[in-house]
Amino acid sequence: MYRQTEIINDASQNPSLGGSGETGDLIINVGPQHPATHGVLHLVITLNGETIKKVEPHLGFIHRSIEKMCESLSYRQFIYVTSRMDYLSSHINNHACALCVEKGLQVEIPPRAQVIRVLMDELTRIASHELWWGAMAMDLGAFTPFFHAFRERESINDIMEETCGARLTMNYIVPGGVMQDLHPNFQNKVKAFMQLYKRKIHEYDELVTGNIIFQNRMKNIGYLSPEDAISYGCSGPTARGSGVSCDIRKIYPYEIYDKLEFDEVLETAGDSFARYMIRIREMQQSIRIIEQLIDNIPEGDFQAKTKAVLKLPKGDFYSRVETARGELGVYIVSEGGTTPYRIKFRSPGFSNLSVLDHIARGSKLGDLVAMMGTLDLVIPDIDR
Amino acid sequence: MLNEELKTKITELLPAATFEEGGDPIAIGWLTIQVEPGDWLSLAQKLRNDNSLLFDYLFCLTCIDWKTHLTMVYHLSSTRYRHNMVVKSKLDRNKPEIESVSAIWRTADFHEREVYEMFGVNFLNHPDLRLLILPDGWEGKNPLRKDFEDAVNMIKL
Repeated sequence: MYRQTEIINDASQNPSLGGSGETGDLIINVGPQHPATHGVLHLVITLNGETIKKVEPHLGFIHRSIEKMCESLSYRQFIYVTSRMDYLSSHINNHACALCVEKGLQVEIPPRAQVIRVLMDELTRIASHELWWGAMAMDLGAFTPFFHAFRERESINDIMEETCGARLTMNYIVPGGVMQDLHPNFQNKVKAFMQLYKRKIHEYDELVTGNIIFQNRMKNIGYLSPEDAISYGCSGPTARGSGVSCDIRKIYPYEIYDKLEFDEVLETAGDSFARYMIRIREMQQSIRIIEQLIDNIPEGDFQAKTKAVLKLPKGDFYSRVETARGELGVYIVSEGGTTPYRIKFRSPGFSNLSVLDHIARGSKLGDLVAMMGTLDLVIPDIDR
Repeated sequence: MLNEELKTKITELLPAATFEEGGDPIAIGWLTIQVEPGDWLSLAQKLRNDNSLLFDYLFCLTCIDWKTHLTMVYHLSSTRYRHNMVVKSKLDRNKPEIESVSAIWRTADFHEREVYEMFGVNFLNHPDLRLLILPDGWEGKNPLRKDFEDAVNMIKL
């Protein structure tokens, strides 16, 4: 159902639609069906000439009420719904839910499962950033990078398909460990992927990063100060581009992240280009993590022994993980039954989107797409 | 700051606050406090601005429907000291009202709008309390309340 938007002339006079009543204000709608919003997001933009006065997001076009659905699903079933939130980091979503349930059950996860989980998370992070990189360049009018990005992303998807049986909605990480053991080809394929990736990584910089047109469209655009990033609840690359240290893998380590060597990537410029560089450099850190683990996957069980029907004790449980987009929180309130009494997903995209109005005000309409691109919005993650 | 120190500090700031034991057992063991809705805004300002607390990052804001009452839940974190805590506040289910904290943590703007439409909580002095996710005409029906019925879209297992 579309929201009512009055015709342009009236809207500028109507304060409830963002018009200030001054002549010269123009209201335009971007979306819900627009290629630059990467999904069904509806932005109502108030313009004065070409300058943005206000951006007002209208959400809910893909709202499935996952939180309500989870209230009638068991602790084994609700994982499947969460793959559909941020479909580009489905492993990490599953991981967050599994961690939260495990906290309640107090089960120890076998070392093999922990390593597999971290490997999958990092592969997902690379795949997600690859897609973002291709789409980002396409938003700014460069079509070729999209194919370069998908070339590498395809090989990750092939690896996932063999082990998890799916290419997008994995449902592989479950409470107690992982769903099944790794495919025998896994190690070889990941190594082959890393070799391919290292040979191709310089193409990214040559094609896009060093391009002067690209840099001019990204630098000093969409400035976000560290104080605002914290106040707006930004996380992930969006906040780290402003110099806010917020990598959950470093601050509140889970699984084996505290034993691994990797850097938290930080930039201080706070503009679109800084957020862009963060993701490019994060992919290299993910490669570093995979290199440390791929030859050291311990033998043993891939799943801890758990009961067929899981029951969480009465109480509140919260788990935080770092997805490709930022901090994902899963808050489970249990009454002691087999289904959660209430679940809240604190999705990174929702908070990151709320900052869009703040950073877009005063800049030109043409730059809005560049700003939106660097926030890396995934709409099903925002709507849930 | 450790939980014990936080506890003493909060008792100093708001003697009426009560502490909740248990919950998240092995997890990070966050301090959980209960406050009256009327005390929340002044406490929030102190939590945000006090130099030894500096809870500047509101990372989760939600509500729970307990059928007899509603509970607001605020998860707070400090980016400088890295300590976390949870604030809960009981609301009357028939007339849920609490002060908005969107002036203190701006992320609360969107989160409070979500809670407003999903639970019907009225946030006083919120700058722009409108529907965010739900389509127009949903005012008054609150999908995440336990007694919400929708004959068309709800599948019961």
